[in-house]
Amino acid sequence: MPEVVVDGVHKSFGVVEVLKGITMSVERGEVTALIGRSGSGKSTLLRCMNGLESIQKGAITIAGHAVTADKAKLRRLRTDVGIVFQSYNLFPHLSVADNITLAPRIVKKMGRGEARTVAEEVLALVGLSDKFGAYPDQLSGGQQQRVAIARSLAMRPKVMLFDEVTSALDPELTGEVLAVMERLARDGMTMLLVTHEMGFARRVASTTVFMHRGRIHESGPSRDLFDAPRTPEMAQFIRSDIK
Amino acid sequence: MTYAFQFGVLNQYRDQLLAGLWLTVEISAVSIVAGTAFGIVLASLRSMAGRGTRIAVDTYVELIRNTPFLVQLFLIYFGLPAAGLRVGAVTAALIGMTVNLAAYSTEIVRSGIEAVHRSQIEAGEALGLTQVQVYRHVVLLPAIQKVYPALCSQFVLMMLASSICSAISTGELTAAAAFVQSQSYRSFEVYLAATALYLALALGLRGMLALLGLWLFGRRAARRALVPVVEASA
Amino acid sequence: MIFHTFGWPQFWFLVQSMQWTVILTALALGGGGIVGFGVALARVSRIGWLRLAAGTYIQLIQGIPVLMILFLSFYGLALMGFQLLPIVAAGISMAVYGSGYLAEIWRGCIQSVPKPQWEGSESLAMTRLQQYRHVILPQALRIALPPTVGFAVQVVKNTSIASLIGFVELARAGQLVNNATFQPFRVFLVVAALYFVICYPLSQLSRWLEGRLHAGSRR
Ligand SMILES: Nc1ncnc2c1ncn2[C@@H]1O[C@H](COP(=O)(O)OP(=O)(O)OP(=O)(O)O)[C@@H](O)[C@H]1O
Ligand SMILES: [Mg+2]
Repeated sequence: MPEVVVDGVHKSFGVVEVLKGITMSVERGEVTALIGRSGSGKSTLLRCMNGLESIQKGAITIAGHAVTADKAKLRRLRTDVGIVFQSYNLFPHLSVADNITLAPRIVKKMGRGEARTVAEEVLALVGLSDKFGAYPDQLSGGQQQRVAIARSLAMRPKVMLFDEVTSALDPELTGEVLAVMERLARDGMTMLLVTHEMGFARRVASTTVFMHRGRIHESGPSRDLFDAPRTPEMAQFIRSDIK
Repeated sequence: MTYAFQFGVLNQYRDQLLAGLWLTVEISAVSIVAGTAFGIVLASLRSMAGRGTRIAVDTYVELIRNTPFLVQLFLIYFGLPAAGLRVGAVTAALIGMTVNLAAYSTEIVRSGIEAVHRSQIEAGEALGLTQVQVYRHVVLLPAIQKVYPALCSQFVLMMLASSICSAISTGELTAAAAFVQSQSYRSFEVYLAATALYLALALGLRGMLALLGLWLFGRRAARRALVPVVEASA
Repeated sequence: MIFHTFGWPQFWFLVQSMQWTVILTALALGGGGIVGFGVALARVSRIGWLRLAAGTYIQLIQGIPVLMILFLSFYGLALMGFQLLPIVAAGISMAVYGSGYLAEIWRGCIQSVPKPQWEGSESLAMTRLQQYRHVILPQALRIALPPTVGFAVQVVKNTSIASLIGFVELARAGQLVNNATFQPFRVFLVVAALYFVICYPLSQLSRWLEGRLHAGSRR
């Protein structure tokens, strides 16, 4: 069974239907890119996948957990599914180390020593071993985003969700974050990423899903999709992005 | 006309002054601890419970913040007995200071809670924290840390305002000074000495609060607590 | 004055005494404002010892009870040969108290004017005085209004302390009425309500100004 299964998902905000029947899946160890115009529902879909938004119809199973309204079950799901946001959302009052060890300690009841070891390990993975004791406001945007990724990784997730994690960054800082994600992909992490970095999607994601007005308009192997889009909307989207 | 200062006179009243000083320390300490605890609870209730609770808490805060501490003390010390509830001067002072400080700390902590961004809460939820854990680690702790300097200023103001309790014959430092001046007729010396003691208390309290902040939140938060905050007021 | 029960005449007496509360507040804000403004400027001066002196003054005033300022000026100065009327003693001490806090509030406002404003006006060859007059103070004033109004609420409430040297303002009037009627609960509730009538609108005004300031700066 695939690691992520989305089956006929509908989601509305009030009377506005934002997701109009989404069905897709991601195999274990695969990377899938989610692209589409602003407002097409990419973030909403991602947020539904770990229960930050509730859905009206359909079902989502992720890392072996069904997305439900049950709070305890949802928490178990969230320990297995990491999510990284565009705006980092680090806890400003905590040091880098404490940001990373907070959830392992209070959710997974890890001891201080063990949590510290994990923190050192994930920080090394994102190349920030020297920032262990720093505070978020002492870091660049790219560094903060890498800490946010490390914070998620410290929970040992089976699936990672990324929502435009480089959109808020200056171009010269984008590379360092993408490099971390590429490394994760190579290590076999199951990943679903919303991105505007078309080159990155084409290179790193095996599958790309193009969303348009709350529906999956086109999807398939990334190379095929980017090199020979089948729908005019996708073709136009790629064209306008290059400009 | 020149005035001959005679601070030597104060020596024979040292015990009275020290007893007053000690009572000031005691009622300030108790009301700071209790008032802050109430403030945190009320601010939390306000942010979690329903509309009715919020209106009740807000009403309490506004009523206290918009009436003088002195009149609040009169209501407690003279009003409660008239309503059948006898309270001593020290008890009345403790009630008055706690009720007063609780309102201010509710307001301060509330502002801290409201400054916590929704995305912070989501980040906590996404990491699998329970609602209680999110509230404690992602909302309340950073909120309190953020407003800690404002709370500290409020504590100092409350300690200074405890002098007003002398008006209901609580035997704290100001009342002790008033007693000594009535005996010795050296008003200026007595009140100068009392003023110096208050100043020392205020500086000492600030220093202690800075150390407490250091212990609670680390170096970054504590440094800010040493500087008085503009908005704070009693 | 002999009262028997708390009725309209007593209520009217309380309402009339409010004028002294208002006058004391005006003295505190007026006198305290003038001194406080000077201290605030000194606090951000380029002259080191002036900054230090102003800082010490602020710390001193903010480190002692208002009541001590009042007692020192009333009893203390009387012994030194200056016999002060309660209104003068109360007015002076309220002004001293106000100056210490207003100076600190306004220092914060002056310093919150962004640094480029200083640099920009300096590069236009303005003198320090011109910089204040034309660039810094107009901007600082906008920022200063909400906390100043907020502080006025504190002053109104703290004028009640003047009752402790026998000055008949609202709180003292309440005591007098209570002494005659022995209805403390009712009397002091009314007194509290009258303070609330002055303070609450000011608090709301301060909050509204604050909101408007932030709404304005966001654009
Ligand atoms: N909390 C909300 N309440 C109401 N409407 C919402 C909410 N969140 C999103 N929407 C609406 O849902 C639609 C899809 O939003 P979503 O954020 O998923 O788009 P997106 O594809 O991620 O766009 P972008 O590329 O700009 O991030 C938009 O029309 C948006 O206005
Ligand atoms: Mg989005």
